[in-house]
Amino acid sequence: MIPLLGLVLGLVLGRVFGLSAPLWLAPYLPIAVVAALDAVFGGLRARLDQVFSDRVFVVSFIGNVVVAVVIVFLGDRLGVGGQLSTAVVVVLGIRIFSNAAAIRRHLFRA
Amino acid sequence: MRRLWSSLLAPRGWRTDIPVALLALLLGLGFAVTVRTERSPTGLVAARPDQLATILSDLGARNQQLQAGIGQLQMQADALAGGDAAAALDTARQRAQQLGILAGTLGARGSGVVITVTDPARSVGAAILLDAIEELRDAGAEAIDLSGVRVVTSSSVVPAADGTGLDVDGITVRAPYRLSAIGDPQTLDEALAIPGGVVDTVRRAAGATVEVARRSQVTITSLRALQTPRYARPDPAAGSP
Repeated sequence: MIPLLGLVLGLVLGRVFGLSAPLWLAPYLPIAVVAALDAVFGGLRARLDQVFSDRVFVVSFIGNVVVAVVIVFLGDRLGVGGQLSTAVVVVLGIRIFSNAAAIRRHLFRA
Repeated sequence: MRRLWSSLLAPRGWRTDIPVALLALLLGLGFAVTVRTERSPTGLVAARPDQLATILSDLGARNQQLQAGIGQLQMQADALAGGDAAAALDTARQRAQQLGILAGTLGARGSGVVITVTDPARSVGAAILLDAIEELRDAGAEAIDLSGVRVVTSSSVVPAADGTGLDVDGITVRAPYRLSAIGDPQTLDEALAIPGGVVDTVRRAAGATVEVARRSQVTITSLRALQTPRYARPDPAAGSP
């Protein structure tokens, strides 16, 4: 419940204050958001599986974001930025889908 | 199912909830900020150098394509506007010159013949001169001048009112008559010299002499004022543009 409120609060704050990302961060924000989303879905699934651990969640959240951003950053430096970012997004997407499927099975027994 | 929902939403204690809530807040913030940045007019500012390079090369290729297209279209436009207009103008000019010569509104110069008819006894009538003019026309004369009066299709040659000569289009001319014609000198000369032709007829007239001289250069400067037809109108169906 509280985390949900936190999410909503974050959205509202971002909207209300009209914040825009700083230039050095702007290219990597989308990847970071998707990575965070993957961690959140993972956390939700863990919760439903009754194996949620806050420590695991926090670490996986931060870890996902850092790894994704670092990979894309390195890729840009190496000149394979486009391909690597695609790869990262694809993998994160697969994980999100599989977590979402698990959650769906829990919630709807289907 | 309700158990699951409630278990999902139930608070798990501050130690669990606070960090998770903080991260959720970060996520919400990041989401809103990213959407705003991507949607801003300078969305390119959020693009990675890689993406920018791709966009740049795409634009460069597109630019080249369009430049080539511009070149082609420019050539087409020139051909359509310039080329045709110039050709049409040329044709129109030539036409105007030809018509001007035939109508007598332009001076003319070229090879031809000059016929001199003396008539001391006033025995050469208008009919003979008219015959001569017709003969010259039949032989292909393109411009004819009779004693300083331009002869065209609507010209009339009648005996002068005072009987001293001829009235050409209302202008009195007296012997010796000088008939200039521009055309092929040989053809014109032979046409006049046929048995029973103009030369014969003049010689039979009492006291009159005729002399036909071929010239390589005959200049006709007399002009005829253009008269607007009072009854005739152009028929768009007939005739070429």
